Amino acid sequence: MYDAGKIILGILIFLVLATSPFWYSKATGQAEYLPDPVILTKDTPGKDVCVMPTDYMRSSHMDLLNDWRNSVVRDGERKFVSPDGHEYKKSLSNTCMDCHANKTEFCDKCHSYMAVAEINCWNCHVEPKEEL
Amino acid sequence: MGIDRRKFLTIAGLTTLTTLGKSVFSSSPAGHDPIETGSETVKRLAMAIDMVKCRQNEGCAECTNICHKIHNVPDIGNAKEEVKWIWKENFEAAFPNQHHDLLEDNIKNSPAVVLCNHCDDPPCVKVCPTKSTWKRESDGIVMMDMHRCIGCRYCVAGCPYGSRSFNFRDPRPFIKETNPEYPTRSKGVVEKCNFCAERLVDGLLPACVDICPEKALTFGNINDPESEIRQILKSRHSIRRKPILGTNPQIYYLV
Repeated sequence: MYDAGKIILGILIFLVLATSPFWYSKATGQAEYLPDPVILTKDTPGKDVCVMPTDYMRSSHMDLLNDWRNSVVRDGERKFVSPDGHEYKKSLSNTCMDCHANKTEFCDKCHSYMAVAEINCWNCHVEPKEEL
Repeated sequence: MGIDRRKFLTIAGLTTLTTLGKSVFSSSPAGHDPIETGSETVKRLAMAIDMVKCRQNEGCAECTNICHKIHNVPDIGNAKEEVKWIWKENFEAAFPNQHHDLLEDNIKNSPAVVLCNHCDDPPCVKVCPTKSTWKRESDGIVMMDMHRCIGCRYCVAGCPYGSRSFNFRDPRPFIKETNPEYPTRSKGVVEKCNFCAERLVDGLLPACVDICPEKALTFGNINDPESEIRQILKSRHSIRRKPILGTNPQIYYLV
């Protein structure tokens, strides 16, 4: 092979650059940027816990919302009973956003970061005015 | 080697017998539609509109105003793109089959409050390619699912009553005062009256029925012989819009 040294060096430099995002975040112990949403929970009387545990909401809120949407619109079932026995009205604008009234922080921050910004809930559902 | 004539006839005969036998033995007694009007077990919501009471208050638009306010119906201000759920129509336009030149003046001149007829056999449901509009089994309301609507407007063409409106543009700038409890619509979906399904679950009457200063609107289950609406329909002469089309509309007009 002609110029083997240069080629191998070139390949090595390329590999280091191409994988840099991975080892950089490993080396520094953190990613360059992580969203840090300020999760405000408004004190709504009678509502001191979320409809589901936080872990579940973090991983599966989209499933819950999808399920709520289908059961409310298609089957007319508007009541949700949480595992701890509380009863809630299945409503994005009127239940979720009643407590988490800061959409820009609560929804948009992570959704923009994860590039799932194409959710079109808010084209129709009315977001609360943010005075927080 | 092919099959001979005897074998062919045997197979053909057996096939015919099996097919015939199957259809004879598996035929069940004719099934009936449980939501058919007349069956008294299933709830069927309907509305009676007293045109005599309604025409006493000329120029009143309380029903339209409250409905459009709570459902975030935009006021585009342009007849071609207007969006409406409930409104007044003159008699001839609302009842083309019942109208003639020599009709008594107070009927001829009385405007009819028109809205979605929540038909028993709704043509809009038949033409919808995405099932975003359907008739609810539990009470017969013709519902809309805005999440599914692709804006093809087949239902607008299918509805013989003009009850459906299309959002040709984003309605939000045209809503004077947004009601945060109810969603708005987006550009490119069809909308119409939903008999206040969101109020019914809370045990409330439709907003138009509640607000009417003349108490001209009666709402109830017509499959219940004891209901107020059934008593009214029994005692008063009622007409319906374009009944000849066979859609079996569920808005009754008392004349």
